Amino acid sequence: MSALTDLSVREAAARVRRRDVSSVELTRAALARIAAVEPALGAFLTVAGAEALAAAGAIDRRVAAGEDPGPLAGVPVGIKDIICTNGIRTTAASRILQKFVPPYDATVTARLKDAGAVVVGKLNCDEFAMGSSTENSALGTTRNPWDPDRVPGGSSGGSAAAVAARECHASLGTDTGGSVRLPAAFCGVVGLKPTYGRVSRYGVIAYASSLDQVGPIARDVADTALVLQAIAGNDPRDSTSSPRPVPSYAAALDRGVRGLRLGLPREYFVEGMQPEVEAAVRGAVQQLERLGATVQPVSLPHTEYAIATYYLIATAEASSNLARYDGIRYGLRVSEPSLRAMYQRSRAAGFGTEVKRRIMLGTYALSAGYYDAYYLKAQQVRTLIRRDFEQALGTCDALVAPVAPTTAFRFGEKTADPLTMYLFDIFTISVNLAGLPGLSVPCGFDQTGLPIGLQLIGRSFDEETLLRVGAAYEAATDWHAKRPPA
Amino acid sequence: MTTNGIETVIGLEVHAELLTHAKIFCSCSAAFGGPPNTDVCPVCLGMPGVLPVLNRRVVEFAIRAGLATHCTIAPVSRFARKNYFYPDLPKGYQISMYEAPICTAGWLDVLVDGEPKRIGLTRIHMEEDTGKNIHDAHGDASLVDFNRSCVPLLEIVSEPDMRTVAEAGAYLRTLRSILQYLEICDGNMEEGSFRCDANVSVRPAGATTFGTKVEVKNMNSFRAVEKAIAYEIARQSDALQHGERLVQETRLWDADREETRSMRKKEYADDYRYFPEPDLLPLVIEQKWVDEVRASLPELPAARRERFVREHGLSAYDADVLTQRKDVADYFEAGVAAGAPAKEMANWVTTEILRLVRDEKLDRALVIQEWPITAAQLARLVTLVQQGTINRNTAKALLPKLRGTGRDPAELVQAEGLAQVSDRGALEQAVADVIAKHPAQVEQFRGGKEQVLGFLVGQVMKASRGKANPQLVQELLRAQLAKA
Repeated sequence: MSALTDLSVREAAARVRRRDVSSVELTRAALARIAAVEPALGAFLTVAGAEALAAAGAIDRRVAAGEDPGPLAGVPVGIKDIICTNGIRTTAASRILQKFVPPYDATVTARLKDAGAVVVGKLNCDEFAMGSSTENSALGTTRNPWDPDRVPGGSSGGSAAAVAARECHASLGTDTGGSVRLPAAFCGVVGLKPTYGRVSRYGVIAYASSLDQVGPIARDVADTALVLQAIAGNDPRDSTSSPRPVPSYAAALDRGVRGLRLGLPREYFVEGMQPEVEAAVRGAVQQLERLGATVQPVSLPHTEYAIATYYLIATAEASSNLARYDGIRYGLRVSEPSLRAMYQRSRAAGFGTEVKRRIMLGTYALSAGYYDAYYLKAQQVRTLIRRDFEQALGTCDALVAPVAPTTAFRFGEKTADPLTMYLFDIFTISVNLAGLPGLSVPCGFDQTGLPIGLQLIGRSFDEETLLRVGAAYEAATDWHAKRPPA
Repeated sequence: MTTNGIETVIGLEVHAELLTHAKIFCSCSAAFGGPPNTDVCPVCLGMPGVLPVLNRRVVEFAIRAGLATHCTIAPVSRFARKNYFYPDLPKGYQISMYEAPICTAGWLDVLVDGEPKRIGLTRIHMEEDTGKNIHDAHGDASLVDFNRSCVPLLEIVSEPDMRTVAEAGAYLRTLRSILQYLEICDGNMEEGSFRCDANVSVRPAGATTFGTKVEVKNMNSFRAVEKAIAYEIARQSDALQHGERLVQETRLWDADREETRSMRKKEYADDYRYFPEPDLLPLVIEQKWVDEVRASLPELPAARRERFVREHGLSAYDADVLTQRKDVADYFEAGVAAGAPAKEMANWVTTEILRLVRDEKLDRALVIQEWPITAAQLARLVTLVQQGTINRNTAKALLPKLRGTGRDPAELVQAEGLAQVSDRGALEQAVADVIAKHPAQVEQFRGGKEQVLGFLVGQVMKASRGKANPQLVQELLRAQLAKA
């Protein structure tokens, strides 16, 4: 018999509804697991045990009263600490917000609660989601559950590690340049970056507004679909959220891949890739062909400009988005007699190196005299990148690619040179620039036993096809069922 | 206008706070004057993760303003972020419009000393107001009140088309009048709901390029704007005549010392790093909406002024005074509709009534909250004067008695026995008595001192306790004085 913490979201919710298990029992099990593994893992920045047990008790009472508490009935979940939770500290893994307790829920938080989920705590990430390894967190180190010497990926490292380590059944991350897909790949779990506008950004601490998107992380594709179903849809409080109706994602899962046309972007198989990663991805492509899909080569010719484009647009938006952390109304303030000195000292003390670097890059890119050459040019290139995908997805139903060029790297391995770290997002970043959905599913392990991720990229608002391909692949393989050492 | 061979060039930037119930990007109340930090929410406080949602009503108000000033309404416009640090700016940027404003290329016609002049409008755009810093009230600490944060503003930018202080004043008054007619801004400069910055430069007459521009801020009344511009014209003209170099800068008007003082030189100008606001989609306005708003526009002051001249036979001056404010024009027309002769009604409104309003500050937010007497009462009163039932002085004296009562003036005249004495027989005796009592003055009058007649009329009026018909008294006096 497997432990309660091993249950899928679907199974756990079904048992709560059937009263086979109570939400309080599930929550206690999750909290016990957290207590056991956290000292070594460090996925959580805040464990909200009392709040979680109170919420679980309320769910149980509703079940007892004959009510249906929703599709995530009583299931313990974790939330990236960049997503606001009413009454629970939300830090963005930054010293500047270390003591910030929001008086409001992000829309996604509210929707998870409405669907019956129990929030057990807040998960570590790179400061303000800026990073690919969670090493930029100012508030703690998160380790990869498969190897404590390695990073969990980032920026949603805590969200992926906690799900892989069975501390919660699913979690939310945010993905601005790969921040859900990369840690999901590094930790051997499933992560989805939805289409820009599919999920509300209200209450999600902004890094780069035109790229940020909240996405679910879970242990299989069906759970991922279930969580997406709960959070997707128009939000009147986010003008960039789409009014398009949300389809039934569960219904897409068992349609198989027969007849689907999958594209293999030639620019995504590059010199210097870890051979085992390329082999695993090519193996997965063959598997999909065996399942009835046809595969064809495609080209995304502007791929080489994606990193530069991203680091102009994202940093420009970040430089503006992070201006509100000024020590005036909330967050860290270093008192100084003059206003200017107070601003300077508070922000100097509150932000980490990478955040400062990106604020400076973005400020420069928007400056008078440079705007046209940098920000405006980057927006034009962004349009070209979007067109690349439109063209490729005009002849294919989805694209298949690696998530990252290697498996999880060691702590400190890439922190010396920020550019090396930036290049790690090479396969994920274009998807954000194009606003498309991207799914990361486990597709193998390297020789040292580290997970490898397969990336599926879809048309705008066509999460269904990605989930459908992912579910078919998962049904034919058992990579997702492997669990990290206890 | 040129003085000493120097021409002045003036452009004005107006910030008009809009009278929407809610703020521009959240649903907090936009009302003025609540206790500090009570009309606030996570959005207008710039809390982490919150997003702006555009209030549709603000867009409608902007379209109204644009149509009333003959602007083109852009089918697609775009909000932009203006980035700078200041404690009253919670997000560290102001959501404004930059490259793609909602209204462009309009104009308005103003009257300057009775002469029409057309002044171009460069653009109108929507933006959010900031909070308010409060200094010195709490020892060393400065406090910030965010009630005003996110209150909707229209920024209305004129072309540099004005050449005199009078033109600038006329433009400003006309613009405010239009916004009030549109019921989108109360136009109160003292409370800051209608703010004006002036760009002033001078150049040798006949020059085709502009001189060095100076921006003048911190004027909180029409008089202050006019004085500040006049001061700048004098200062700059003087500099130009003495061959001094003017610098592009921002200067603040000091109302106490009546001078402008340099605030910052443009060389150190802030770089606002404008870029399109990614949290809001481009604003698409369909022609159908524009047409609907156009159809709903009220009669505007210029049209109403012309109609008052045409329909009510008023002088251009009276028509202008009456139509500058919609509430005043409405009051006048209500009186005419109740039967008052237009010319008399106009006289009473522009003199007695508006003086009471001014003296007793009966208007708040530049809308008259409570008229001294109703338009219908005034119409009756004016009619009684017109008919000769009472004289003007009696009518004026009745005003305080009518206030707040709703009483019919005719009934009051009856009850207090104030009807004018126009009975020749009764007045003949009073006139004779006055002549008998004041031989010295009578002598002077007969000696050619015409103005003494006024004194004698006054004595008769006094004897009649104000009720005598003054025209008749004068007539009878002249007749009797001529006789003897």
